[in-house]
Amino acid sequence: MPSIRFHLNGAPTEIDADPDGSLLDLLRGRLGLTGPHFGCGSGECGACRVLVGDHAVTSCDTPLWSIAGKEVTTLEGLGSEAQPHPLQRAFIAEQAMQCGYCVSGILMSAAALLRQNPKPTESEVRTALDRNLCRCGSQNRMVRAILRAADEAAT
Amino acid sequence: MSSAAPTLPVSLAANPRLSSWVKFSSDGRVTVSPGKVEIGQGIVTALAQIAADELDVEFGRVQMVRATTAASPNEGVTSGSLSIQQSGRAVRAACAEIRSIFLAAAADRLGVDATALAIEDGTISGPGNVRTSYWELADDVSLDREATPRARAKPIARRALAGHSVERLDIPDKVFGVRRFIHDIALPGLLHGRVMRPENSRAKLVGLKDDAARAVPGFVATVRNGSFAGVVCETESAANATLAALRKGAIWSDGEALPDENDLAAFLKAQPVESTVIDVRTAQNPSSKARTLRRQYARPYIAHASIAPSCAMAQWSGSDRVHVWTHSQGVYLLRNDLALVLKLPLENITVEHLEGAGCYGHNPADDVALDAVLLAKAAGGRPVRVQWSRADELTHGPFGAAMAIEIEADLDAKGEIVEWRHSIWSNGHAARPGRGTKPTLLAGYEIESPFPIAISGNPPQANGGGGDRNSVPLYDFPAWKIESHRLLTMPVRTSALRTLGAQSNVFAIECFLDEIAAGLGEDPVTFRLRHLKDERARDVIRAVARRTNWKPAPRPGTGYGIGYSRYKNSGAYCAAIAEIEGDEEIRVKKLTLAVDVGEAINPDGVINQIEGGAIQATSWVLKERVRFDRARITSNSWTEYPILRFSEVPQVEVEVIQRSEIDPVGAGEAAHGPVTAAIANAVFDCLGVRVRRLPITRDSLIAAMEQSS
Repeated sequence: MPSIRFHLNGAPTEIDADPDGSLLDLLRGRLGLTGPHFGCGSGECGACRVLVGDHAVTSCDTPLWSIAGKEVTTLEGLGSEAQPHPLQRAFIAEQAMQCGYCVSGILMSAAALLRQNPKPTESEVRTALDRNLCRCGSQNRMVRAILRAADEAAT
Repeated sequence: MSSAAPTLPVSLAANPRLSSWVKFSSDGRVTVSPGKVEIGQGIVTALAQIAADELDVEFGRVQMVRATTAASPNEGVTSGSLSIQQSGRAVRAACAEIRSIFLAAAADRLGVDATALAIEDGTISGPGNVRTSYWELADDVSLDREATPRARAKPIARRALAGHSVERLDIPDKVFGVRRFIHDIALPGLLHGRVMRPENSRAKLVGLKDDAARAVPGFVATVRNGSFAGVVCETESAANATLAALRKGAIWSDGEALPDENDLAAFLKAQPVESTVIDVRTAQNPSSKARTLRRQYARPYIAHASIAPSCAMAQWSGSDRVHVWTHSQGVYLLRNDLALVLKLPLENITVEHLEGAGCYGHNPADDVALDAVLLAKAAGGRPVRVQWSRADELTHGPFGAAMAIEIEADLDAKGEIVEWRHSIWSNGHAARPGRGTKPTLLAGYEIESPFPIAISGNPPQANGGGGDRNSVPLYDFPAWKIESHRLLTMPVRTSALRTLGAQSNVFAIECFLDEIAAGLGEDPVTFRLRHLKDERARDVIRAVARRTNWKPAPRPGTGYGIGYSRYKNSGAYCAAIAEIEGDEEIRVKKLTLAVDVGEAINPDGVINQIEGGAIQATSWVLKERVRFDRARITSNSWTEYPILRFSEVPQVEVEVIQRSEIDPVGAGEAAHGPVTAAIANAVFDCLGVRVRRLPITRDSLIAAMEQSS
């Protein structure tokens, strides 16, 4: 099998894998990173979003060949309990979830948004998250948390 | 004070052994084991608050244990907005008694009167600086004793945590990606399974060739048992590839016909039914009726549509013992059904809870557990994890039942209601596992000697009813008759979905009332208040009216509507006002709600549940409808079964009316009915058209306009 090189959460990574295989399968399977979640397998729900460069992509339908040489960031690479990302702090402060299964993908979409637009308006946040589904109805709390994280990062 | 003898809370009466609820360890921790489970609603945090309060320990010392049939109290199912009511009262009573047992033991040891002792963060101290603690006494005090109804919980004023918004215990793990969901748990030697389900409804597997499947790298086994067939593989991707290969070798029968999705009310009303009179009120001094209004309301089948597909793991020891990991709402109930299918004694099966995604009722969580058990039989003692596909999750799980409701009101010459008749046609709303002599798990209907498909029933009115939930008016109409017609056929599988029939009944009642108030030329808030005596009901309505400055001045393209109910007629009070914009489509801009759950243990948790319920209800009203043709369910993806998106979510404002002196009830299902009605009434306010068939889409608006013109 061909070897694919990329950066994963900051670390150089080389892996022998089918280039047409899905990034989510690799992350959750061989690499044991369960931050990204499987929701639909067809890029419709956003639970599996990760950053490739500065963009949040659905890893379930991202083929491995497309990440060669790129920087991939999963929830595990966003921050930790010791060094939380402002978004993680804000999601706790706003208690911005019910079940939280979709949250991993939503945090990654929000992280991509803040990289590209550090001071988004509420409407820009909603637009940026429109391809992430939440079934519990926690959307407004998540929007508040993202605006809070943007504020915090700006001060 | 009531003169009746004190009684134990229901969950504690069923599980009276105190040690099954609470344990102290010598390292300064207390573990609390409720029988209810976390399904994203924050219950575990609320129960920890109650325990910490009653025991006088810091919140951080409380460790909550996940439910398992190996150890936990049996609290049935986590449903019906009953967890705070049932588990909360039991934990409070058990902890109050445990506290008094420890105080007595400390008094003995310290040689002082128990009444002179105080507890602070688990340390028990008294006059003369004497002290001990729960942890010191833990080895000497046995909690292997039965609860008595004598213990008195603390007065409300001395509760430090209940009534406050404590941060949820599970949220940090979920933002930092710590493995907590069942989907993310890796057991040693874990294999992956997939089940092959037919496209056509209830098709039978009549032929199967598995040569191609066997050739896929990572293949471990195929399993076939009647129409149940699946694969076990070393990895998830191998399991997906093997399943795809197996599908090509499968031959299915045609299956069973489905009804016409475009005329569900006619279908429901044409089926054989079991009819029940739910309630009758007879007028003392009947007034004469001048005319009768009749309206029909309907909703389609609704999918649970959880973001995570259902998942379970199972591992056999030998041929007669199995351990199951599940996100089922009821570990003991699931075990009952597994025992029936497997023909094993209950004690040979352990069912343990792990968190899944948000659960809104009887979804495929239980079905996938049996799938895992059946596939794991072929795994040589290794654990097998089975996860459903998105398509199976949206097509093969139980749905919330479609409903048709007909209401007639006899009006006097002035237009006042003199008699009210409400009739419901619907499949039953409950076919949960573990309650009958036959299992209700999907694979149980597919195996070689299949169990008959359980036709869903309805819980009795005493438990809140099913299709008839919230059908008895809360208003002071002089006379009424409420009837429920439960279908005896069930071409589309139905079971419990959030609120059961309450969403539709409240939609029907509250929309019809709006129409009657309009006929009288009366404001809908004034009209409701005039017909309600219960001050708690009046308070939630007045609160939303005040918050929205009811009624805001009319603006073109904008409308306002109200809805009210008390969930199950005995639970949380909730009123909602919707502000919408409407033209060819409806956009819900803002929902304002007021809720009274009695004592709100965690007010932010209550707000979160009400907000979530309001947004989910908006999604049901504007978008959701299970689609099918005459052969199969066709809404098998998020494109075919859309739900509300971020940009479509309304602003939601919630006022909690805190009543610390009243026992708490759940909040999770209180908003759906009022929000549904409020949106529909706002549509009328905006566009002058009454939409009586959900969902309210461009098509149903056009149909309603054509009907009314």
